Amino acid sequence: MAIDAEQVRRIAHLARIGLAADEADRYIGDLESILTMVERMHAVNTAGVQPLAHPIDVTQRLRPDVVTEADQRESYQSDAPAVANGFYLVPRVVE
Amino acid sequence: MTTMPDTLGKAAKALASGQISSRELVSTCIARIDAGRHLNAFVSIDAERALDAAAAADRRPPAERGPLNGLPIAIKDIFCQSGVRTTAGSRMLEHWRAPYDAAVIERLTAAGAVLLGKTNMDEFAMGSSGENSHFGATRNPWNENHVPGGSSSGSAAAVAAGMAPAALGTDTGGSIRQPAAFCGLTGLKPTYGRVSRWGMIAFASSLDQAGPMAWDAADLALLLNVMAGVDHRDSTSVDEPVPDYTASLTTSIRGLRIGLSADLLGDDVDADVRATVDASRKVFESLGATIVPVSLPTALAGVPAYYVLAPAEASANLARFDGVRFGHRCADPQSLEDLYLRSRSEGFGTEVKRRILTGTYALSVGYYDAYYLQAQKIRRLIRDEFLAAFSNVDAILAPTTPSPAFALGEKTDDPVAMYLQDVFTIPANLAGIPALSMPAGMSGGLPLGVQLLGPHFGEAKLLQLAHAFQQATDHHLRRPAGVPA
Amino acid sequence: MSQWETVIGLEVHVQLATASKIFSGAPNRFGAEPNRQASAVDLGLPGVLPVLNEAVVQMAIRFGLAVDAEIAAVTQFARKNYFYPDLPKGYQISQLDHPIVGRGHLDIIIPGKDGDTAKTVGITRAHLEEDAGKSIHDQVPGLTAVDLNRAGTPLLEIVSEPDMRSAAEAVAYLRELHAIIRDLGISDGNMNEGSMRCDANVSIRPRGEAKLGTRTEIKNLNSFRFLEKAIEFEVERQQEILEAGGRIKQETRLYDSERNETRSMRSKEEAEDYRYFPDPDLLPVTITPAQIEAVRAEMPELPRARRERFMEQHGLSGYDSRMVASDHATAAYFEACVAVAGDAKLTANWVMGELASVLNREEKDIDAAPVAPAALGRLISRIQDDTISSKIAKTVFEIMVKDGGEPDDIIEARGLRQMSDSGELERLVDSVIADNPHQVTQYRAGKTKLLGYFVGQIMKATGGKANPGQLNELLRARLDGGS
Repeated sequence: MAIDAEQVRRIAHLARIGLAADEADRYIGDLESILTMVERMHAVNTAGVQPLAHPIDVTQRLRPDVVTEADQRESYQSDAPAVANGFYLVPRVVE
Repeated sequence: MTTMPDTLGKAAKALASGQISSRELVSTCIARIDAGRHLNAFVSIDAERALDAAAAADRRPPAERGPLNGLPIAIKDIFCQSGVRTTAGSRMLEHWRAPYDAAVIERLTAAGAVLLGKTNMDEFAMGSSGENSHFGATRNPWNENHVPGGSSSGSAAAVAAGMAPAALGTDTGGSIRQPAAFCGLTGLKPTYGRVSRWGMIAFASSLDQAGPMAWDAADLALLLNVMAGVDHRDSTSVDEPVPDYTASLTTSIRGLRIGLSADLLGDDVDADVRATVDASRKVFESLGATIVPVSLPTALAGVPAYYVLAPAEASANLARFDGVRFGHRCADPQSLEDLYLRSRSEGFGTEVKRRILTGTYALSVGYYDAYYLQAQKIRRLIRDEFLAAFSNVDAILAPTTPSPAFALGEKTDDPVAMYLQDVFTIPANLAGIPALSMPAGMSGGLPLGVQLLGPHFGEAKLLQLAHAFQQATDHHLRRPAGVPA
Repeated sequence: MSQWETVIGLEVHVQLATASKIFSGAPNRFGAEPNRQASAVDLGLPGVLPVLNEAVVQMAIRFGLAVDAEIAAVTQFARKNYFYPDLPKGYQISQLDHPIVGRGHLDIIIPGKDGDTAKTVGITRAHLEEDAGKSIHDQVPGLTAVDLNRAGTPLLEIVSEPDMRSAAEAVAYLRELHAIIRDLGISDGNMNEGSMRCDANVSIRPRGEAKLGTRTEIKNLNSFRFLEKAIEFEVERQQEILEAGGRIKQETRLYDSERNETRSMRSKEEAEDYRYFPDPDLLPVTITPAQIEAVRAEMPELPRARRERFMEQHGLSGYDSRMVASDHATAAYFEACVAVAGDAKLTANWVMGELASVLNREEKDIDAAPVAPAALGRLISRIQDDTISSKIAKTVFEIMVKDGGEPDDIIEARGLRQMSDSGELERLVDSVIADNPHQVTQYRAGKTKLLGYFVGQIMKATGGKANPGQLNELLRARLDGGS
């Protein structure tokens, strides 16, 4: 299973993982060996088999439409990296 | 150092008879944790908090005492505990204090348990050796040059080293059972949906389950009684009655049918492991159980399928760690892009990044059908094969690991070799069935475990089988050198 | 007729008017202080899990039934993965493969100079998802401020077929959708506050061509007017490019209402790879036929049925009926008013005319109209029984708007009762004719438009109270009859 640097860069960008140049090389090798192992599952004949998302065949429980959560902004923001006036702050996003 | 009852069962008796107080129990645990710092089993300890909780348990009027009143328990650092640092073994959460309790923490606390502290783990539960923690590797108390297994590495080491009579772990692909096997403990991964996932930091949502780790099945029953049950905050938690697991422990296993599958005993299995499974089979036969061959032809394709599904789910579950609302943020971000790339690159360790990249790849356009859907189809085949097997047997006996605990550093450069450690544990996660590992032999001074797998919500029978086994054998009574039995 | 045909499809996001959010128990309200109604689930804190709000499912079914759509027996949520500061989990919980509402259709009426035309627009699907928070760029200098109060607000995204052929059709579709969601009580549809948001996919093709042209997606259309303007601009832009031999780039464009133009946001070629997959934290949702029937049994009257009923029951024209019956609140006002007034046509005129202009002037919704429907009804009945003229009625209405009060009291207190005593009127007519011999001569010479002049003189003398019909009759009789 061959992976090239461009693919790793594209995936790393989708995942927003910054990779230094030497790291990228290392992940190319790792991904190749992992995907080679993963490819073994293609030997299994799954014709006509429905994909299974959850191991137990149950359906979604629904929640009554009532407000149960009180404001806990101070608690939730106490460990936030950057806040002001109740807002979370990030570098200026250019639109 | 006071002699301390080393199991929950014995400790509960000693507490009830007034032989010992919870404060004494907890002080002993804390002293042992302190003496065993080099094992790196704990990430956070708040001795004062634990001692206060113990004192409160001692003062509690008998009528108000829950089933775990005053019993010390170690908590894998993946469970949120209100006001307590909760790291998941990651630099990303090195300084994060959870603002709420996980469901299992609420349940243990309500039952009177004393939470000792947070145990070390492979970062975000990704690992099979305990070496992938931002806080350093955990060592195996049986042989400190060996790994304790993972990802519930600290929980396993803490119990094995006598620092706590029991601990909580989580199991996504074997993270309770494999370290239990490597450390000579009994550990249970319950049925998917048996225990609430609320407040448990997610690795792979459709596979993660919390479970207990202790020396014997009786202690697991005690803990599962408290942990199990529906929780409306977790949509996947199942509303299924919770039996009294302790009450059914002593039911005879005579006439039960145990399946044995050649598919789970291939040529690559260590000879000692094979011998251990065989010896266990004989014990069960001697106790009146019948051994029946079962077929699980797709089970071994579980590893590749798992290494698509788990990383895929993880890639999304870990996207929330972006340096915006909590957790690690890089210094002086120059742009939003820079904030994301550096915060995540610095905050996550190598294995976590490897899995996020694998999962992102598997889900991306052009690969989804070939990887993700194929893996889900295999998942159905594996589950259906188990369900078919359980129409004929009460449980399946299998090895837990292909070999005993390996040396520290032995597999760190070969991710795939590490992944293959989970070959026997992964099928139960994919099928959502309960599986228990118990000590059943030794190899080169290290413990070996066997697994019992059961049908959905069949925990009671697994515990019953393990208890019968432990009444007839002494594997669960072995302790590492220096740890009092 | 242009050689180009316009093709439009709309994607409409409707915020559902639940008490709590789609996956958490946080309140679903507009306008709280930043991050005060963002719960642990809305913030995507480690370890939290979503649980689906049952009201959201009910509302989606209600909408599906209103557009004759298939309701899924099993519907499923998926994660749509992308990074943005106002998307807390790094994925949006949405639906891809099994949306709750399948194919349906909406009948619309497009008003035109030569009368209304009817059309059916296909609805491709409608699915549930969670709203994102808001990124605010002018709050803190140099930084973007993130408010996650809106995160987790339930949205129903309604996707139409590319069935519309003009901006007018798109507006008619959006209006009908707006009326329906309000009638259903599933959203307030407030476009200013973002309760209803619209994206338009616009393309053009040579008339007669079967293949669709390359489309652009226009975002940020938060009023009916902007939708119309943006489409008109975009169609013209695309025509200019194609007529100059260029090609349309598939892209997302933003409508700038201040400049009245659309501009490129991002090219679809560099589009995100969203890596959709079923959300493992949420199980498949099953909807039984019994559940659907229970919702059906409680369906309110919808605009189309109400328009037909108004035509039948009140004898309104198609036009009048569309004007007063389309919107739930207007229809309720009309019905309460006509119950007192009696004359449906006259009532419709008042509701669409005087009342609408007052509401427009005072920027009020009809639910908050300054004159109660019954009071307006009593005023209208005073026109019918000739107590006052239409013109005086407008004066009375303005007083009611300003000071409140009952029409009869105002008429009495201000002496506005119409002069219908023919003796009195005859005397006035005689004196005006006597005082204006020059105009009388001109009138009789054929300048009959001067009738208005005489009416004006008398109205002036009576303070507008003369019964206009009677007055006209008397004047004509005198002027045309000679002597």
